[in-house]
Amino acid sequence: MNDVCSINNLTQCLLDGGVSPDLANLLTILGGVVLVATVPLVTVIFLIWIERKIAARVQDRLGPNRVGPFGLLQSVADAVKMLTKEDITPMGADKFIYNLAPIIAFATVVLIWAIIPFTPLHIGADLSIGILYFVAVASIGTVKIMIAGWSSNNKYALLGAFRTIAQLLSYEVPLVLSLLIPVMIAGTLGMQDMVRAQGSMWFVFMAPVAAVMFFIANLAETGRAPFDLLEAESEIIAGYNIEYSGFKWGMFMAGEFMHAFTAALLAAVIFLGGWWGPFVEQVPALGFVYLGLKTAVVYIFGLILRSTVPRVRIDQLMALNWKWLVPISVANVLITALLLKVVDAIGLAPQSGDFFAHLPQTLVLLVGNLVLMFGVATVLRNRGRAQRLVDEAAHPVEHEDAPVVAGAVGH
Amino acid sequence: MFELNAQSIAFIVFALFSLGGALGVVTTRNLIHATLYLILSLFGAAGFFVLLSAPFMAAVQVLVYIGAIAILIVFAVMLTRSMTRLSDIYNSQWLLSAIVAGLLFVLLLVGVILPVWGVNGTQAGREVSSIVTTTVDLGKALVDQNQYVLPFEVASLLLTAAMIGAIVVARDDKE
Amino acid sequence: MAVVNEWAFIGVFFAIAWVFPFVPILGARLLAPHKPNAIKQSTYECGVETVGDTWVQFKVQYYIYGLIFLVFDVEIVFLFPWALAYSQLDFFGFFAGLVFVFFLFDALVYAWRKDALEWV
Repeated sequence: MNDVCSINNLTQCLLDGGVSPDLANLLTILGGVVLVATVPLVTVIFLIWIERKIAARVQDRLGPNRVGPFGLLQSVADAVKMLTKEDITPMGADKFIYNLAPIIAFATVVLIWAIIPFTPLHIGADLSIGILYFVAVASIGTVKIMIAGWSSNNKYALLGAFRTIAQLLSYEVPLVLSLLIPVMIAGTLGMQDMVRAQGSMWFVFMAPVAAVMFFIANLAETGRAPFDLLEAESEIIAGYNIEYSGFKWGMFMAGEFMHAFTAALLAAVIFLGGWWGPFVEQVPALGFVYLGLKTAVVYIFGLILRSTVPRVRIDQLMALNWKWLVPISVANVLITALLLKVVDAIGLAPQSGDFFAHLPQTLVLLVGNLVLMFGVATVLRNRGRAQRLVDEAAHPVEHEDAPVVAGAVGH
Repeated sequence: MFELNAQSIAFIVFALFSLGGALGVVTTRNLIHATLYLILSLFGAAGFFVLLSAPFMAAVQVLVYIGAIAILIVFAVMLTRSMTRLSDIYNSQWLLSAIVAGLLFVLLLVGVILPVWGVNGTQAGREVSSIVTTTVDLGKALVDQNQYVLPFEVASLLLTAAMIGAIVVARDDKE
Repeated sequence: MAVVNEWAFIGVFFAIAWVFPFVPILGARLLAPHKPNAIKQSTYECGVETVGDTWVQFKVQYYIYGLIFLVFDVEIVFLFPWALAYSQLDFFGFFAGLVFVFFLFDALVYAWRKDALEWV
């Protein structure tokens, strides 16, 4: 007998209160949906503030500090401004689709949150195909860019949209290939099961290459530096959303901020053990805090990266994906598969759920990953050296006080 | 026999998506609009897969058809000059193609549905299978010597051939 | 019943997810001024008047990237059930996956050698 009504026994609670079963079910689901969907909406206001603050610190500025304490209410002020800004629909735009695009842009990101396991308790939907749900919903994201670029009746918007779609499609390959590894180790597609499988060992230690691939591919998928080509002002002005103004533009921006955070959240869930942490099984609400902390680490690392590195060119972007990330991801899948079978054959597979039972398997996988990393680093170094020799032969460097000796190049 | 519950409402919604989208595809003059209608229709099909307890197929439907094929269609449309707006969706052979399409549909109806679910069909009174086939079973069946390992490998070969063919056709080699 | 409930959650989520972006856009429509004119609504390009049709012809490279992606996408769809069942497979399962991925790699090498992966 439960005395306290909470989200977990709401259905029973309503039934006890004399509500019809169907309605009780629907109300529970509605409550859960609103709860899960409100989290990103509240978060995004702070995300923009954090992003601006961190970018400012990296660039030796103060960042927003006028509106509210520490400038916390800056995003609220921005939202009010956007609400009262004139919304311009360009001539010749395809009106219905033009208005639909920002809605899809924001909604597709919110939809990913349906499957996030925030705590050991059940909130949201624990689908049996959780990871594939994420991949599928993320792939709808290309549609929003396509229709935004196409419906604006603007050449730059269309060019930007096509470039962005090519980028998103390409980086989806290493993204999904890197997700195969945790699926292989955990033997599940469900998000909650994925987190439970990391009880004694986080997947980032078993599959660091996959984790790095996931992170890099997500930087590109969310349009973060060094892959922020979709907003390359010098080339395509502002990309696919150039004609949008007011809150419609705001929806694209909010969606983008939230997508970056969602990607960090997924990285924390899939590779950093999700809600696992001390005492989480006694106090499930702690899981929310742990997940938040882990997400913040990944997210803030991405933010610092964003304000540090320069933007790559589009041909470099494509070459990096198809000639480096995709082959490495494919090799990583095969190496992990082989090592898992070898570990199984020589009897090192974990028999119980504690930390030491997982240690041998983790070490074998870790060594395999390190060998792969070392191989890639060696190839990269040799290629870099060869390229530098070619470049310097084509454009000799002229130093005024220290002329380069031909034999000394490349050291 | 028919009762209005959550599942039947969902079925009706998905059927409307599917059929409405399909109707939009063939009636609109704008190729990009047609693609968007196609996405709506495919989304409805994904919904059917969920209702049939085949969530893996639903995810695949969205991932491959909406995420890849619909986008590929847009690329193909943009490759062709001034094709985004068709001046006329009918040409002189519309009647002929309508008759052929109608006949094909009847053939499908008579040839496939009747023998299976008709009065004397094999599936008429059959209970719905209670065995739940999961994605894990699918994975095991795909690489089982006694089941689908050959089709599995041939599928990979086919995709490789498709990609090589596409590159050969699409690229103009200057050498 | 539990499985149906999970998907009912997703269904409700799909049904109301679009409301969250729709409401502020509607609010902006009510609050913001709306005084369109021809200059304001003209296409924003480089400051000069836009020339010709917007829906220009795109180069074939986009289509090739799309095709390569599609092939990889379908292959990955096959690999997901394989990866999911992997812990329950024997060594033959690994071998089957190896051959499958080998063909995939083959296609990538072909595209690479034919310079189909080059942007320009």
